[in-house]
Amino acid sequence: MTTRPRIIIPTTIKANDVIEVRTLITHVMETGQRKDRDGQPIPRNIISTFKARYRDKLVFTADLHPGTSANPFIAFNLKVSEPGELQVEWTDDKGTSVVEKSAILLS
Amino acid sequence: LRVAVSGRRTVLIGGASAFVLGGLLARVAGAQTVTQSLAQATNQPGVPATAAAPAPAPTVVTWESEMKRILADGQVSEGKLALDIPEMAENGNTVPFSVTVESPMTAESYVRSLHILTTANPQPLVAAYRFTPDNGVAHVASRMRLIATQDVIIIAETQQNAFLVARRTVKVAIGCCGN
Repeated sequence: MTTRPRIIIPTTIKANDVIEVRTLITHVMETGQRKDRDGQPIPRNIISTFKARYRDKLVFTADLHPGTSANPFIAFNLKVSEPGELQVEWTDDKGTSVVEKSAILLS
Repeated sequence: LRVAVSGRRTVLIGGASAFVLGGLLARVAGAQTVTQSLAQATNQPGVPATAAAPAPAPTVVTWESEMKRILADGQVSEGKLALDIPEMAENGNTVPFSVTVESPMTAESYVRSLHILTTANPQPLVAAYRFTPDNGVAHVASRMRLIATQDVIIIAETQQNAFLVARRTVKVAIGCCGN
């Protein structure tokens, strides 16, 4: 998780729109199945939890498993009735957690 | 079973490399090293075996067992569940997909979760997504790994504990996760 994750939302949002929130983060998503050159297993390290909060309320979560690709892209929908802050949190097996925020304004 | 097989492979590789190393060292340093590295070669296979023995037998996770766990005793019912995934995936490392479940997404009736499973990946689970009525639409898009041609199964669960299931075969040209 070296580069900053991204949250992409539509540029214009009206009240009561259902928008698509697209998120992207850089992560190896090591499955735990692979071995290194010496034949030693490479320990599993994947982003296992994904949480999205809107106006401090949990609106969408995901438990990710090794079947999710590296650099996970996750898109979900959100019904926007009031402006507020969208907060997305990714946590990997090592306990490293990254939070990215995006302000949702109504036009 | 899978764990046991991969364990054995490690042992064999370990044994073989020690043996090769033994041969090289013998040429350089003579007979004493040979006996030493031979001892190493005979010890080596024992190490992972004894280390693995006391561990409780890991329960094998298959897509069938995962499906049973997710469905529990719930009822599979009719419903509209759309899985959008390529019929033929060029690159198994990243296969884009999206799922939409028809639901009013109100507090009284909404899709609670969506599970994605694969039938041939060594680890069958892709993800489990959990929705709330605030999502407005029960829709998710992501990318999955597919090791070979296989079926993708999606299971949606409504808040009334009804399950909707869909299954689709995806042909994979180049599988993911090469060692």
